[in-house]
Amino acid sequence: MVFLEFEKPLEKLYEQLDKINQIAEDGDIDVSDKVAELEQKIAKRKKEIYSNLTGWQKVQLSRHPERPYTLHYIEGMCKSFIELHGDRAFGDDTAIVGGIGIINDTSVVIIGHQKGVNTKLRQYRNFGMANPEGYRKALRLMKLAERFNMPVVTLIDTPGAFPGLEAEERGQAEAIARNLFEMAQLRVPILCYVIGEGASGGALGIGLGDRIFMMENTWYSVISPESCSSILWRSWDYKEQAAESLKLTPAHMLEFGLIDEIIKEPVGGAHNDKDKIIKTLKSHIKKELNNLASKNIDTLIDERIAKYAKMGEFTVAK
Amino acid sequence: MGWFKRFTDGIQTATKNKKEAPDGLWHKCKSCNETFTFKELKDNFFICPKCDYHNRIGSHDYFDLIFDGKFHLHFEELKSKDFLSFTDLKPYDERLTAAKEKTGLGDAITVAEGKVAKKTLVVAAMDFTFIGGSMGSVVGEKISRGIDLALSLKCPFMIISKSGGARMMESAFSLMQMAKTSAKLTLLAKAGLPYFSFMTDPTTGGVTASFAMLGDVNFSEPKALIGFAGPRVIKETIKKDLPEGFQRSEFLLEHGFLDFIVHRSELQKRMKELMLIFKKDNQTTPTEAQQTA
Ligand SMILES: [Zn+2]
Repeated sequence: MVFLEFEKPLEKLYEQLDKINQIAEDGDIDVSDKVAELEQKIAKRKKEIYSNLTGWQKVQLSRHPERPYTLHYIEGMCKSFIELHGDRAFGDDTAIVGGIGIINDTSVVIIGHQKGVNTKLRQYRNFGMANPEGYRKALRLMKLAERFNMPVVTLIDTPGAFPGLEAEERGQAEAIARNLFEMAQLRVPILCYVIGEGASGGALGIGLGDRIFMMENTWYSVISPESCSSILWRSWDYKEQAAESLKLTPAHMLEFGLIDEIIKEPVGGAHNDKDKIIKTLKSHIKKELNNLASKNIDTLIDERIAKYAKMGEFTVAK
Repeated sequence: MGWFKRFTDGIQTATKNKKEAPDGLWHKCKSCNETFTFKELKDNFFICPKCDYHNRIGSHDYFDLIFDGKFHLHFEELKSKDFLSFTDLKPYDERLTAAKEKTGLGDAITVAEGKVAKKTLVVAAMDFTFIGGSMGSVVGEKISRGIDLALSLKCPFMIISKSGGARMMESAFSLMQMAKTSAKLTLLAKAGLPYFSFMTDPTTGGVTASFAMLGDVNFSEPKALIGFAGPRVIKETIKKDLPEGFQRSEFLLEHGFLDFIVHRSELQKRMKELMLIFKKDNQTTPTEAQQTA
């Protein structure tokens, strides 16, 4: 188990629990009372910690190394899934994965950012930071979905689009812009889920849809708290403050009307019960696709555009 | 010839944003260090007579340059507000007040309607002097309403980009303006109305990654910085020096992201050509063409 800084009080309790269990095993002593007491303590402490997370703590949880990523969800949710590779123009981006599969008897196209589960794979996945060909692969798959009338599900989890030299050469900005343009008119339903980090244009590049959801311990912002700190405070030390100022939590996003719903996670975060969060997501997708299935596609697109057209806060002077 | 008229007839539209200074004042070129009088510079479209450096100019300067003469401003009543109570080193509220005072502008974009080659055009032009031309709710809303205006007038739409990217003080709202503007642009495409995207120095971040790159025709001024990530961020990421001319207009043209580069002195002529070529009464309208296809 990996404990984040604010989870340290839990680490001690878990250590005690381990010790007691060890004693019980070694000496064949009945410790059930003691174990029950400790477990109660842990549950109470968890409730205290996780019900009052700050923006920065949500950011930390969203980056938890044991958190499930796109391929975990796909594997857990799909009866059948075939990953499809490449943008047909330049290459295959490993930071965005996608393919065709069946969830709850419905054929769908699923696309998501992919992070690596260990040091080597983190490199291989470029830390979930996509290049233009990732966004173009995503678009190719969305067009495929449109042709065969399959709904699109996107899973968002990125610290941002990759800010590299080649990414610029190959048109990172154009790739993201094109996706926004095409997704606005895509003639199938689109569901978007923020399952981890929702950083900036790199997240939005596969994030325009009919319904937008955020898991409980995720964030969505125009910029990461670290970069925001470095630009606006001219120092890397204000990331916590930046996270607060950016109001990037799911609760804020819901309050602002920028997302439709928050998906509850197991206590302590999605990684604490992967089976449970996969089941939650699967049944949520089923419910939402059912809701959208009866809609006329032209109406759906009109509503999609109208929803984004409404986003913005300003005053109208007389 | 609005550009010249303004200097011979005096000020037509009062705004502090125009490059106004006594004619005799000296200006040192940022690029070649040569000095010129303000008059020499403005008579040359604020382009350095020696090295061709295109000094940054404001929305109203472009309106004067592009439109046949008169133009009307729209949506000036829309004002940014600090709805998140965002405070970094300075409250956003204070930044807004200071920007308004400094520039005399309502926000980082101004929408105008006028004639080019006697045909109606709606132009949304950005101002870098207003909080770095950053895109917040008002920028998105003015573009959105500008598109609605072009739809109702059945005329082409143009955006002149000049922006450091998103306005961080509006957080996710500023991010969503990328989605909002891109989604609204699809309505122009559906209606068969052309959208011209003109990029000027600098055009970066969320602005490039949304409406700036989505023109039916994408073009820019020479040597403008155009990109997604800023050069400093890229340099820190790859830990290498960036090649000469990286992310400049000529680089984007070479890599296939611009249709052409236009010298500021040729802009008015080029806009007239575009307006004449994209005429409404061409043999088949785009919708008919789609139906027969
Ligand atoms: Zn010069």
